[in-house]
Amino acid sequence: MSTQEYAVLGTRPVRHDGADKVTGRAIYGADIHLAGLLQGAILRSPHAHARIVRIDTRRAEALPGVKAVVTAADLAVSQDRIVDLGEGDTPLSYLRGNVLASGKVLYKGHAVAAVAAASLHVAEEAASLIDVEYEPLPCVLTTLDAMREDAPILHDGLRTTEFGEKTGRVSNVAEHFRHELGDVSAGFAEADVVVEHEFRTATVHQGYIEPHTATVLWNNDGRILVWCSTQGAFVVRDVTACILDVPVSRVKVTPLEIGGGFGGKIPVYLEPVAALLSKKSGRPVKITMTRRDVFEGTGPTPGSVIRVKMGARKDGRIVAAQAWMAYEAGAYPGAMVGPGAMCVFAAYDIANVVVDGFDVVVNKPSTAAYRAPGATNAAFATESVVDELAEKLGLDPLEFRLKNAAREGTRRADGPKYPRIGCVEVIEAMKNHPHYSAPLEGPNRGRGVAIGFWFNAGLPSSCTLSVNADGSVNLVEGSTDIGGTRTSVAMQAAEVLGIGAEDVRPEVADTDSVGFTAVTGGSRVTFATGWAAYEAAQDVVRQMKERAAKLWETDAASVTLDHGVFRSGDRSMTFRDLAARLGETGGPVTGRGAVNPRSAGGSFSGCIADVQVDPETGKVDVLRFTAVQDAGKAIHPAYVEGQMQGGSAQGIGWALNEEYHMSPDGAMQNASLLDYRMPTALDLPMIDTVIVEVPNPIHPFGVRGVGEANIVPPPATLANAIYHATGVRLRSLPMNPPAVAEAIWSKEG
Amino acid sequence: MPTTVRVECTINDETREFLCEPRQSLLECLRDVLGLTGTKEGCNDGNCGSCTVMMDGRIVPSCLVLGVESQGSEITTIEGVARGSELHPLQTAFLESAALQCGICTPGFIVAAKALLDRNPRPDEHEIRLWLANNLCRCTGYDKIIRAVQQAAATLQEAK
Ligand code: FES
Ligand code: FES
Repeated sequence: MSTQEYAVLGTRPVRHDGADKVTGRAIYGADIHLAGLLQGAILRSPHAHARIVRIDTRRAEALPGVKAVVTAADLAVSQDRIVDLGEGDTPLSYLRGNVLASGKVLYKGHAVAAVAAASLHVAEEAASLIDVEYEPLPCVLTTLDAMREDAPILHDGLRTTEFGEKTGRVSNVAEHFRHELGDVSAGFAEADVVVEHEFRTATVHQGYIEPHTATVLWNNDGRILVWCSTQGAFVVRDVTACILDVPVSRVKVTPLEIGGGFGGKIPVYLEPVAALLSKKSGRPVKITMTRRDVFEGTGPTPGSVIRVKMGARKDGRIVAAQAWMAYEAGAYPGAMVGPGAMCVFAAYDIANVVVDGFDVVVNKPSTAAYRAPGATNAAFATESVVDELAEKLGLDPLEFRLKNAAREGTRRADGPKYPRIGCVEVIEAMKNHPHYSAPLEGPNRGRGVAIGFWFNAGLPSSCTLSVNADGSVNLVEGSTDIGGTRTSVAMQAAEVLGIGAEDVRPEVADTDSVGFTAVTGGSRVTFATGWAAYEAAQDVVRQMKERAAKLWETDAASVTLDHGVFRSGDRSMTFRDLAARLGETGGPVTGRGAVNPRSAGGSFSGCIADVQVDPETGKVDVLRFTAVQDAGKAIHPAYVEGQMQGGSAQGIGWALNEEYHMSPDGAMQNASLLDYRMPTALDLPMIDTVIVEVPNPIHPFGVRGVGEANIVPPPATLANAIYHATGVRLRSLPMNPPAVAEAIWSKEG
Repeated sequence: MPTTVRVECTINDETREFLCEPRQSLLECLRDVLGLTGTKEGCNDGNCGSCTVMMDGRIVPSCLVLGVESQGSEITTIEGVARGSELHPLQTAFLESAALQCGICTPGFIVAAKALLDRNPRPDEHEIRLWLANNLCRCTGYDKIIRAVQQAAATLQEAK
């Protein structure tokens, strides 16, 4: 537990943007209106895999009210190169190809052309009048099928990278990599018990409630002005500039309020297309996706096939672990198998490990990050196997985990050694929670546990502060606020300055008005942008001390600041009083902070769940759910709890219901919020939370990001609970009623 | 044949007149014609609840109502929940309970929850969950939303 006493950190102030968000005043992406605004619509491919023979836009252009029609032919042609998206490098040709297909369509829903018109209805009608001639090609929808020698090939130019080296082999496997530690065969030889199984997880969507939207004006001075809903204004700026082949300084992105992202609003889909339509029409153009567009045209998270083998000695030590992990990337390489492979055994101290990862393209939408991307799939496999090992050894599942838990100094198979982490503390908090020891009676009921890990990201953030004469401070930051981070960032500045959270006014700025700031992702905003705010506040404190010194005709080094009061000798002055006297001591005070932490110190989490299974229907009810997570230092505990509850709910949905139902020809059969079944209020119990605080040694306040690790354990937790309720182990997600019922029937024969 | 129809109705206690195309939904009319963008669109097919408004005493997904159908009706949107500069106890409770993260679902939840408390001032947890099951929230896991509604119910009871 953190020992330092804070005035602001750890309190629960009302968020600064709160009033606007409960009254409907906040301006989200789709709420912007500009004079002369046109509405855009996108024509999407009806085929999962096809060659585009010809596109004829004449009938669409002839429709009254249509102002512009664009296709990939309108995109600038330039040399392919590698672009950094903030969460990994991507070839420009892939980014461009995903925005508007050229040559081939690679999934049903792939954007092919776009229209701008005076109204949405006209734009949609015009899009349907675009004649596209396709030559359908055989499609491939699963990783295992796509890995076969005779599989249809998505990208003729894609050559497999094997262990870091480009091979000459054209295939759907973009990459095969391996992490190795120790000697895995020697490890298994030492084991008394070995458990090995294959696991599958379905493709699932991030499911944010606000569809993607972008409004763009290609101005007459050549500047491209963008208003949108994104997790990263600078990503949108940089990617849009790359795709349009203009310098980044030509693009200005104003991020509006964002209605959820979870990783899915990092990729850029609409902005370059709206820009082309604006350029052609000379008017601002807004494109907003339909819910079907969101499901069919934006990144879900990868489905996967994972084989995990683990061996342990009778004394309860895990001695060897092996994983084979193939993740579906969707249409373009970049399945989150890299992080998945780094996380698969990350919670444990194991001497002998081999992990093989495969990044496989298939004819589905290009996948995107989803909250701890790749780690949930991996933990489903590992934590199920760990549960089985514990049972075979006759050990309590948490005792077994504790015995093998990663600690400071533990080396992960992919290389790094852990700094101070909270894995042990999380497991202990689970053990000590009354939920774990509460009696659970009744037939068909069971309790499960699991733990999980996520790295969290560092990356650049910028922040500036300016002091007002009334003692308040304006804070300008570049991190779009998806869940109350304006406040968690402002609180860190307030703590340094010794003023109240409400005395800091945080503002999320456009890309012209704040220094570069990486995405709102990787659980990094409270960590990195909060750190930038800390630095900016230190800068203000330094200058304020000089001002006090000037007034008191003393040396700035003799001035101290404690709880908002400057002191030197027997003189003192509050922050507010000094702020009123900046004019006479040299003018305004502004502070700046910019950071670029290389790492972030990972976060561990764990869950306990009680379920009741209806053996007739296979329906699983979650009776009780407890989430535990190491937050380092919880800046705003209510929003930390909120992250834990939200991640748990998403994990429960992933575990029990959510999946892309694909027809054999690659069409998503459930592309609506009715049929893609996310948890409703009626499906969930209250979600109890325990915040563990093991300060992060690299952050000035000890913060660890808390946005992601919480989604990692729930599917495995529920699988383990279902096992304890029914005696059957489900190794495929989702564990929906038909799957559970069938597993029970086949056990009973 | 005229392409637009004149509609007159009461929105948030004010008489409003507007022109809409017969194919435009009430949601489109509110957002695009009347500038009331507090009502959100999440799915446009009745399955997320972000577009929830009160219409003649019932909650409806405004994406499933045609603009022309609102002729003569009385509508309350999120913009009409606060009384002037004073927040409704539900709005206060949502803020104090941290019942919103991204906030896109919040207008729909507040309008729906208000309808619940108007007819059932003391709902239990199950009744709240059942009533709000048409409203999806992907951020919060609902826990803090349910608690906010309970808190608002208590505040409203005390005020009586
Ligand atoms: S937008 Fe109307 S219910 Fe989703
Ligand atoms: S707060 Fe984001 S959907 Fe509810």
